[in-house]
Amino acid sequence: MEALKVLVVDDEAGIRSGVTRILSKHVVSYPFMDEDCNFVCFEAASGEEGITIIDAEMPDIVLLDNKLPGIKGLEVLEYIRQKNYNIMVAMITSYASLEIALKATSDGAYDFIPKPFTPQELKSSIDNITKQLFLRRISSKMKQEGKKIRYQFLSVLSHELKAPLNAIEGYLNIMKEKQAGIDITAYDSMIERALERVEGMRNLTMDLLDFTKIRLDNRRDKVKMVNLRQTAKMSVSTVKPYAIQKNISIKLEADDKIEFEADPYDMEIIFNNLLSNAVKYNRDNGIVTVGISKEKDGIVILVSDNGIGMTEEEASQLFKEFVRIRNDKTKNISGSGLGLSIVRKITDIYHGKISVTSKPDEGTTFRVELPV
Amino acid sequence: MSIEGKTILIVDDDYDYLFQLKFQLEQWGCKVVTAESQREAEELLHTLKPDLAILDLMMENEDSGFVLSYKMKKKYPDVPIIISTAVSSETGMSFNRYSEEDKNWIKADTYLEKGIRPEHLKNELEKLIP
Repeated sequence: MEALKVLVVDDEAGIRSGVTRILSKHVVSYPFMDEDCNFVCFEAASGEEGITIIDAEMPDIVLLDNKLPGIKGLEVLEYIRQKNYNIMVAMITSYASLEIALKATSDGAYDFIPKPFTPQELKSSIDNITKQLFLRRISSKMKQEGKKIRYQFLSVLSHELKAPLNAIEGYLNIMKEKQAGIDITAYDSMIERALERVEGMRNLTMDLLDFTKIRLDNRRDKVKMVNLRQTAKMSVSTVKPYAIQKNISIKLEADDKIEFEADPYDMEIIFNNLLSNAVKYNRDNGIVTVGISKEKDGIVILVSDNGIGMTEEEASQLFKEFVRIRNDKTKNISGSGLGLSIVRKITDIYHGKISVTSKPDEGTTFRVELPV
Repeated sequence: MSIEGKTILIVDDDYDYLFQLKFQLEQWGCKVVTAESQREAEELLHTLKPDLAILDLMMENEDSGFVLSYKMKKKYPDVPIIISTAVSSETGMSFNRYSEEDKNWIKADTYLEKGIRPEHLKNELEKLIP
């Protein structure tokens, strides 16, 4: 059980002891709280005394009368606000005029408890304040975690951006110092590699744009009925040039009538990523099959290939950012490591699911389910 | 000491880095053996004892270089190891994110930032090779 500290600032001794008595037996419990909580009360007869206790005890909740002998309750509230203390304040006063109410609320008071109050009124106010307090804590914790994740993302990203620059710089230095002699053809393969790294970095930047777009875009005004077969067809023609190089055939098995309400660009990203992976991680003369079907819970998109496949352990890592499956079979395939995490994020937005089944050397199937 | 004729193992999953480092070391007269993953390097080490090893930190896993270094030192305690990485302190993923306890099992002799000048690298190699 967690004990929340409550400070009562009131010049009437009866109110102070009443609050202490009522709250000492009170327990608050909400499903989102890790544990129930009870209350430990502190009492102050003046604003000055209240401030001393606030600094010393850092209470979670302050119940504050406005009409006090020395400084006013509103001034105590102002003090709490200026110090940026994370304290929930409720005003308790019989002089609760609209003016004070407005002033106190704009200064950060959370609630009003008009005097006189019954034990039940006090308890329900305290319940509300406690709920608010816990929700604030949870949201601040989530913000912290968000920051941490963003930071990790940026660290890995900067690594991913520096690697190609280092590689290109390395080749340029070799050429600058003519380390392979003065015959320019000796540098052909280095120039080729440097260009490939430039291309890889360009793809990474494009993927990054997609990645931030999914996070920032307001979809509502772009959503419309999208014909998935048409979208898939466009993706097929986008990857065709790569497929031809490896003599890979792409089959599209889809009913022309299947439509899904979405931002068309999101659907393009899904197909483009899954299809380009199916081609990239395939073998010469391989086959890629794209299926779109309507099932009872929604739309199912299947993209299969009979390519190099992967182990279960590799597959389990697949949807994380910057994860690329590294083995002898994939070492000459370039990729940003963002494609599938982008696809997963998009399916999340549509409350869908993405899964993968794969066997090394047999092939891989991605399944996207989009509920309608 | 001269590094000429010495056998150097380099392990890195970045093909280009591997190529460039090999190219550089061969210019200095070293014999170079390369591996593109921790696993491949471990296999090589069954039969190979290099005079020095340069290991990338992040390969299959983000600490592959450390694991490989640990295993290598167990097998060949006298072979100096350099861990190289493109990860630098300003990215927040510097070595100091590893605790003291971690550092105890990280057995590398030196850490080098990728992209250092060749003369600097040569200097380090000469210091480490007996």
